[in-house]
Amino acid sequence: MRAASRKLQLTAAFVAGGLFGIGLLLSGMTMPHKVIGFLDVAGRWDPTLAFVMAGALAVYALAYRLAVRRPAPWLGERFDVPARRRPDGRLWLGAAIFGLGWGLAGYCPGPGIVAAGSLAGDAAWFVASMIAGSFLTAKLLGTRPATTAAPSRALGREPVP
Amino acid sequence: MQWHDASIALVGGMLIGAASAWLLLALGRIAGVSGILGGLLPASAGDAGWRLAFLAGLLVVGAAAGWLVPHMVGDSPRPVGVVALAGLLVGVGTRLASGCTSGHGVCGIARGSVRSIAATATFMATGVLAATGARLLGGGS
Repeated sequence: MRAASRKLQLTAAFVAGGLFGIGLLLSGMTMPHKVIGFLDVAGRWDPTLAFVMAGALAVYALAYRLAVRRPAPWLGERFDVPARRRPDGRLWLGAAIFGLGWGLAGYCPGPGIVAAGSLAGDAAWFVASMIAGSFLTAKLLGTRPATTAAPSRALGREPVP
Repeated sequence: MQWHDASIALVGGMLIGAASAWLLLALGRIAGVSGILGGLLPASAGDAGWRLAFLAGLLVVGAAAGWLVPHMVGDSPRPVGVVALAGLLVGVGTRLASGCTSGHGVCGIARGSVRSIAATATFMATGVLAATGARLLGGGS
């Protein structure tokens, strides 16, 4: 990151986090009973989460098509997006474990952090143990490079190996 | 759920999508909350600032909501021990899978990533299992 626009970059990231949080609040995702209500399909089903995902996907898919045409982000040097790889055992296992925790408490990372900021009930416990779990897993198994430095013009066009 | 609630949920979702789009177009980063947090554990030099700023945005909105609209941020219906266990599972799982509901479920699927589609189908399925199982075992809700 260039030092000159660092303040601007940090502001942009803060605004992104803030808007993201307001979106979560507005859509009811910071209320665990709504998430549990969606996942507990055999109970009193609450379809809210499906509408939230549909709205988010529509907007982001459009933005991604815009990003693909740009040489670089407005305030950064390159697009950092995950490499195209096939699903592997680590992905399946991790997603399965994550889903269990999500369905148990009704929090995923974003809403958990917003709820912790509001000092709602046990959300701080959720976030503390989430941080511990993530940190320990990285310590024990090592981290994977989350993103590749793919040339931005190749955004989304890397071949699947 | 009524149409009124559905449209608010849709607008809220679009705001989540717009915030993620902004992070991509402005900074070139994927708005995956577990990944943004995970990149700080441990942090690499020069890469921590934007992550902390994004998370601060989430926390500040949470703090404001707790003060102004406390009914919009709820507590989990599960006992604290279960919530802590759930946090551990979420931390381990999202690190292994390199993403959560935002990174895989929104950004990844919108990019057409096969890994993200696989991950989302999987965590939805085990989420259904856990939520249903917790109700049947009388863990609240």
